[in-house]
Formats: sequence, structure tokens, C-alpha cells
Amino acid sequence: MSVPKALQMPIGLKVTTVGFITFWCVIAAFPIFWIAVMSFKEPLDSFASNPLSVIFGPSTRESGKGLSVFDIIIGLSFIYFIYRFAIYHLPKWISKYSPFNLIVIGWLLGALFVALVVVLVFGVLFPPILAFVNGFTGFLGTPIIGFTTEHYLSVWAENEFYRNFINSIIVTLGVVTISLSIGTLAGYGLARSGSDIAFWILIGALIFRALPHSVLVSGYLPVFVNSAEYLRPILGDQAPTFYGQPLAVIMVLVAINQPFTIWMLRSFFQNIPKELDESARVDGCTHFKAFRWVIMPIMWPGVITTGLFSFLLAYNDFLVTSLLLDAQNQTMVPAIAGYFNRETTTTDQVEAVAAAVSITAPLFLLVMVFQRQIVSGLTAGAVKG
Amino acid sequence: MKFRVFVAFAGPSLLLMLIFIAIPLVNVFLQSFYNTQSIFETVEIETCTPGFGTQTCITESETRPVLGEDGKALEKTIFVGWESYRNILRPDQAWQAVKQLNWSGLMAIDFWKALRFTLTFTLISLPLVIGLGLVIAVAVNSLAKSIRGQVIFVSLLPFIITPVIGALSIRWLFIGDGILTALLEWWLQMDIAMFAQAWTIELMMLFYRVWHVAPFAFVVFYAGLQTVNNDTLESAIIDGASRFERLRYVVIPHLMPLIIFVSLIHLMDCYRVFEEIVGFSSQAHVISLQWLTYDFLIPDESGNRSISRASASSMLTMIGIVIILIPLLRKTWNDHRARVL
Repeated sequence: MSVPKALQMPIGLKVTTVGFITFWCVIAAFPIFWIAVMSFKEPLDSFASNPLSVIFGPSTRESGKGLSVFDIIIGLSFIYFIYRFAIYHLPKWISKYSPFNLIVIGWLLGALFVALVVVLVFGVLFPPILAFVNGFTGFLGTPIIGFTTEHYLSVWAENEFYRNFINSIIVTLGVVTISLSIGTLAGYGLARSGSDIAFWILIGALIFRALPHSVLVSGYLPVFVNSAEYLRPILGDQAPTFYGQPLAVIMVLVAINQPFTIWMLRSFFQNIPKELDESARVDGCTHFKAFRWVIMPIMWPGVITTGLFSFLLAYNDFLVTSLLLDAQNQTMVPAIAGYFNRETTTTDQVEAVAAAVSITAPLFLLVMVFQRQIVSGLTAGAVKG
Repeated sequence: MKFRVFVAFAGPSLLLMLIFIAIPLVNVFLQSFYNTQSIFETVEIETCTPGFGTQTCITESETRPVLGEDGKALEKTIFVGWESYRNILRPDQAWQAVKQLNWSGLMAIDFWKALRFTLTFTLISLPLVIGLGLVIAVAVNSLAKSIRGQVIFVSLLPFIITPVIGALSIRWLFIGDGILTALLEWWLQMDIAMFAQAWTIELMMLFYRVWHVAPFAFVVFYAGLQTVNNDTLESAIIDGASRFERLRYVVIPHLMPLIIFVSLIHLMDCYRVFEEIVGFSSQAHVISLQWLTYDFLIPDESGNRSISRASASSMLTMIGIVIILIPLLRKTWNDHRARVL
């Protein structure tokens, strides 16, 4: 469709618009891009005041860690192939080999497979081969960009960041599953009820959503710390201390997230015509059967969108997890606070940068895969008012 | 839907919100009036040192915690009334400062300092977020369809990034002689230390917050722009409206409900400002209300948490939330009544 002539923009305005959007995109992406660059350099380069030395990393290069033109070409072409594979071939494989009702698991395995291949190739296969080849390729083999993965190694292996990673996975998976399963039920009930009580519940949820999380945590903390004493009369010596338990944190995050979840799911359920469940009811379904077999199959987009936002809340949380979990069970985001609080050496700081990039990478993939769902989730509450 | 069926569906969720939100709130309210302290006793200790001929004995009185049978300090919880609130608000000191028009005297009290920052931060960032979101939305809407997807992808990055990490990533650009500080120094030809005073830190926080929230405003407004009525736009053109006038009198009124929605969400979220303080490690210069509560909840050197004060500051924080919510609740209530009648 061509734009009517009267609506076309004069050339000056067009240039300004494009310029502005370019400017915005640079600002939006730059800090994230930059910490990714910093994380691969020696401390002296990472925190240099000259941007060129951050990018090319002269002191990293001098200490013998660098990428040659040849390395870069090989690396980039591998990335290109794995990207092509993930976009074109992987979906076909998954739909071919996984049974229909287990397609989610198929996707998870597929993603895991790709991740594993990338880590193996870049971590194990490439370094010796490329080091060997670089020896006699002359100019193409001399390092031009400083590059080192040692900070990632020390963060993940020496400082056992993988423990925090596992804790993060446990907490986020728990929060997403529990909050979606009870949230869909409640969202459906609220969307179809239309009674005054449903309205008041939604208002209550709106107020709960606005509460600062620290308010709630100051309600839990004394109870959680002393829960063993409180529960001893009932449970005997087995009484658990909730403080430091991932399960307790999961329940807290689910509850904090619940107001938002039911609002969002309710607005998705309201988009599904009422006549659909009415006809199922006429055919003899109970309310629950209609929900399970008629409504849920067409609700998946809404559920995935809401799940994404639950994921973000649980994954990004700092306040609740840092206050309610002890050091052994800490998730990734509060764990990073440990790095920049002990800012003794600059190496610690670059390790903090590497940890930060490690936390951001999954989110980056998430936006790549689920961009449309995130946008629809952002607008779901808004457009309907 | 019958009431019983409704309860069966919504029950688990409601129960969870009751246990983990409503009851803790009541608990916080009660806690703010009680204080748990170790019991102390004063004992007289006589220490004697051998001297020439006679012993020198000194009797000192020492305060120490009473230990229970298990060797832990005994604690007791007492009703303290408004004491925790007084400890936080310091009404006398604050009133003194107000009477003498002594601004820095008032800012010496943590609560008022936090309140000042939270309010100014919320109110200044609001128009910036709305304005930037609107401008990006209008600009993207006039781009060719094929590149809009990529622009939205890039724009979403600051929105989904973990807030603490986002704040850190801005901080690392400025820290020490970081590249942006170096750029500013070169441009202004003066020595700059971005982390040495409150106002520069606040500027960076403001930059971070706008960077983080503007994508949300942009996406919502962009979705709203897709539903602008083209006929209205065309008739505006026929009436001779310029580009700016069309934006002012057709597009913005159409987006008004969305602008109000984004403003309310932003007010709620920004009032809870917290991650910036952690990310920029700014507690020495700038603190926020939620950070104040968080700080009371962190154990001090002897491992005690000031639960009572944390509860009191939570209750004070909530007053602000109620004020922000009143217009929203009134509007929702009116809509609901209009629909029922």
C-alpha cells in the first residue's frame, strides 16, 4: 500500500526521523554491547578511558591473548552456520522427532543441544586447532584484537557461579510453573464471573501490585527466621526454617507476581468469546472440562506471554532473593552484588562484568525468540484499559 | 458462573495472596508497634590485681546480655507504641530544621532524605519517559515496515535487562575514568568525578531509569498508534492541519488513555526505586524509601535486624502508594458503576 501524497514526509523530516531512531538504537544497545566487550579484556583495557583501547585491548594482546583475522573469520562463519541451523533446520527436526504433546520438551532439548555444541566448539575444539593453524598463516595469524575468556572461566569455575545459576533455574522454573497453573485458573474464573466480588478482588490485586516488595519482606523475615520455633509444637523436631529455603522464596515470588498474572491472564481470557464455553457447556461439559479442553488449547499464546513476564520477575529479582536466601542458596543477581562490594582489585571488577554478561545473555536470547509475545504482553493490559 | 465454581477456580490464587500478601501486611502493621530486644543486665564485677603488700581491687559495673539455657541471648518483645516511627521521622529534629529553614538539617535525617529523592526522582522521570516514549513511537511509526521489527528488538533490550545489571552497565561506563567520563572531561575541559557528589549520581540514575522504562512506553504507544483512525487524520489534512497540529489534536487525544495508563504504572514502579541504589552503590549520597526499609532488614554487625523500624518505614512508604493509587481507584470505580448501571 502506498502512502497518500499528503501524508508523505518532507525529506528533511525523514532524515531527522531516521537519524533520531538510529541515535535511540545506539543508546539502547550501547551499554549492553559495551559490557560484553569489556568482559573479554584484561582489567587495564576494560576500564581504559580511550574507547579504542577497550575495543582492541592492546595490553590484553601484549599478554598473548588475542584473536587473529583468521580466528575472527572462522568464528563468525561458525556463528552464521549455527544461526542458520537454529532458524531453518532445528524447528523441522523438533517437529519431526518429538511427539505432539511433548513439543515443549523437544524445544528445550533442541536449545540445550545448540548451546552444548556452541560451548564445545568454542571452548574445546577451536582453541588448540586455531592456535596450531595461526602458527604458520603469517599476517592472518597475528592477533589484532585482544580477547580473553579467563574472567568467564574464573567466574564460572573458580567462584562456582554455576551453583547460583542452578539456584536461579530452580527458582525461576518454580515461579513460572506455579504462578501459571494457579494464575490461569484464577484468571479464567475472574474473566467469566462478572460478579461484584470478582471486581473487588481485581481492585485488591491492583493495590497489591503497587506495594513495594520490601514492605512484604519485612512481614516475612521474622516469621521465616523463627519458623522452626513456631512450628515445633505442630511438627516436632522436623520443623523447617523457611529462611534460606528456595521453596519459600518461590512461594513468595509467586504471591508477589500473582496480582499482575491474574490481571494479564484475565484480559487474555476476555478476548476469547464467551459463546465458546457456553456451547461446550451445552454439550455437557462441566466448567472445568470446558476450561481444560475448549479454552486452554486456544489460550497458549496468552499463557506463554504471561509466563515470560513471570520469568522476568523471578529471574531479575534482587530484593526478595537477597533478603530471604542465605549465601549457599543465592541466585545469580544477588550473587553479583558480592563482586562489586569487594571491589578490591580491578580483576574482581572485570569478573563482575563477566558475571553480568552471563546473566544478560539468556535474556538476550529470550527477546530474540519471544519478541512478539513480549510486545503483545506489554500492550495487553494497556489497549483494553 | 455460580459462586461455588468461581471459588473453585480463583481459590488457590486468592489463598496464596491472602497468606503471602494480606497477612504479612497485617503483620508488618503490628510489628511496627513492637520491638524485640535482647535483655540486658547490669552486673558488678570486682577485678583484683596483686600489688605490693595489698591487692588493688576495682569494681566496675558492666552491662551484658542475659543468656538463656542454650547459651543464646534471651529476647523479649515489648510494646513500644509510636517509638519506631519517631525514631525514623525524628519529628522534633525535623521540625526544628523546618522552622529554621535549614534544608541540610532536614536532609541529615535518613527518612526525609529518602523521601526527597524518591519524590523528585519519580516526578522528574515521568515526563521524560512519556515524552521519549511518544517521540520514539511516532518516529518508528513513520519508518518503513521492514525495519520496524529490528528497531523494536533493540528497544526491548534495555527493558528486559535485569535492573541491577542495567544500572551497573551504566555505572561501568562512567566509573573512574570510564569512557563516558573521559568524553565529558574532554568536552567540558574540566576534571569530573561522577561518583563524588549526589547530583551527578542522581543524573546517572535518571538516565538509567529513562533508558530502562522508555521502551515500555514506546511499545504501548506504538500499539496505540496502529489504531488511530485514518479518516480523522485525512479530514484533518483537508482542514489544513499541519503535521504538528495533527499530532497535537488527533493523535495525542487518541493516545490519552494509554498515556494515563503508562503514567500510573510508571508512578507505581518508580516510587519503589531501589535497584539503582544497589547498582550505583550510592547509599552514602543518595537513598530511596524502599532502600531504607531494605537497609533495616539487613543484619548489622551483631546479626540483629531492626524489624520494628523496617516495619515502621514500610508503613510510612505505603502512605505514598495509597496517595498514588487514589485517582486510579476512583476512575476504576466510576467505570465499574457506569458498566453496572
